[in-house]
Amino acid sequence: MIRVDDLTVRYGPSTVLHNVGFAVAQGESFALVGESGSGKSTILKALSGQVDDWSGQMTVGGQPVTRSRSRAQAAQVQMVFQDPYGSLHPRRTVDDALSEPLAIHGLPDRDARVLAMLDAVGLARRFRFRLPHQLSGGQRQRVAIARALMLSPKVLLLDEPTSALDVSVQAEILNLLKRLRAEQGLTFLLVTHDLPVVSFLCDRLAVLRAGRVVETADVAALRGRALTSDYGRELLARSEGMA
Amino acid sequence: MISRAWLMDEDPATRAQARAGQAWRLARDLSRNPLAMVGLAIIVALLVVAAFAPWLAPYSPVEGMLTNRLQPPSAAHWMGTDELGRDILSRVIHGARITLYIVMLVAVISAPLGLVIGAVSGYFGGWVDRVMMGLTDIFLSMPRLILALAFVAALGPGIENAVIAIAITAWPVYARIARAETLTFRRSDFIVAVQMQGASHARVIALHVLPLCMSSTIVRVTLDMAGIILTAAGLGFLGLGAQPPLPEWGAMISKGRAFILDQWWVATMPGFAIVIVSLGFCLFGDGLRDVLDPRQRSKS
Repeated sequence: MIRVDDLTVRYGPSTVLHNVGFAVAQGESFALVGESGSGKSTILKALSGQVDDWSGQMTVGGQPVTRSRSRAQAAQVQMVFQDPYGSLHPRRTVDDALSEPLAIHGLPDRDARVLAMLDAVGLARRFRFRLPHQLSGGQRQRVAIARALMLSPKVLLLDEPTSALDVSVQAEILNLLKRLRAEQGLTFLLVTHDLPVVSFLCDRLAVLRAGRVVETADVAALRGRALTSDYGRELLARSEGMA
Repeated sequence: MISRAWLMDEDPATRAQARAGQAWRLARDLSRNPLAMVGLAIIVALLVVAAFAPWLAPYSPVEGMLTNRLQPPSAAHWMGTDELGRDILSRVIHGARITLYIVMLVAVISAPLGLVIGAVSGYFGGWVDRVMMGLTDIFLSMPRLILALAFVAALGPGIENAVIAIAITAWPVYARIARAETLTFRRSDFIVAVQMQGASHARVIALHVLPLCMSSTIVRVTLDMAGIILTAAGLGFLGLGAQPPLPEWGAMISKGRAFILDQWWVATMPGFAIVIVSLGFCLFGDGLRDVLDPRQRSKS
């Protein structure tokens, strides 16, 4: 579903990604793990067309990622952002946020679709006309997930979708994501530094360090603490030290 | 049925109710600011006076009796009469129309122009930004009245040309504000999200960027109204704005200048009108800023 080969990204003089490559099968949930600055978020940005200066090959659903994307391509890949406070327009209601993608793509039955999506992400219908500042962090993240799913994408890019939330809310959102993936057959590409999240939500993972993939492994290896690279083991040890 | 509870409902049932509720909260916050209410009262008074000028004015604004010239304020002529025997109160009342006409036209021309230029410039960045802001800076670096003077001199005196001249000199400020505002959120996740949904640049700017620049621009326009009135009066005073016998306040002061020592009321009365109306817009603009500023709003 997603294929990245030899991806190199430069921000000005500094190279943040060096020849990164990985592949994600249809319906699979793949995690990019690493500490901040390892370039894991940059991969998402490149896949979603927010990075200009990159080289290599990226394909999503068999189609190459290009600088200008058609609407049909846009509908295939959607993203959920890390910060639920910054990802919703402060002056637009939940209804506006969810109707907008339908309006852009000229899809009919907006009311019915918005209500159905609110139900799907477990957000009460009475929140429909609230503004973001009238919602909690968890509710906002549900809105963000709902917005990402409005166009029925095949691929969902998740940029640390739970790291800005309380622990109890994190669990709710993770369960929601897991359920939605099963229901809609989504392909997930998750970026995180939280290894328990990976073992809960993902099938495979790639460990990134300083812009390079140092290891690709099954999640079973993570659960069995059998990562082969030094850096992967270091991350594991640190994650256990924190728990 | 519109009730307080309906407007204040945290969970509005329809789009219209949500909008009405937001407007109601805004109006309520504004009404708690006494100075803003004073400003609003002055602006409303100006609107009423301008709308009903022919009925409110006791005499004709353009015809006078020469036998009656330069009378001091009295029961018959509350603000006295000018050098042609015209009732100054009537002229001030009719002048409200001209003032309002100028202010509205300037706001309608320059605010959207500045807003769009600023938002486009901030949104795209790069060379678009550099070219557009360079242009803006050129206009911004010239003194407003002088530039307006040059335009009027080129186009010929008259209200319409004065309006065009003031509008041309007023937009760069709005462009600057809109650009600065746009820069603060153009890389925000919520903008990226709509771009990822496949929205065109025009759609992102019109529906997502501009609404966020709107409140600061509205505030700035209201505060600028006073400046616009003064510039219009200044052009009138220099004889380049409204032409006689139109009762434009600045032109009236200019005419009264000749008699300022012996017949003070001729120049003073329209001066009062300018001061009061400018003050009204300033006070209201200040109040609006307190209510509309997003940084203040997020706290409450």
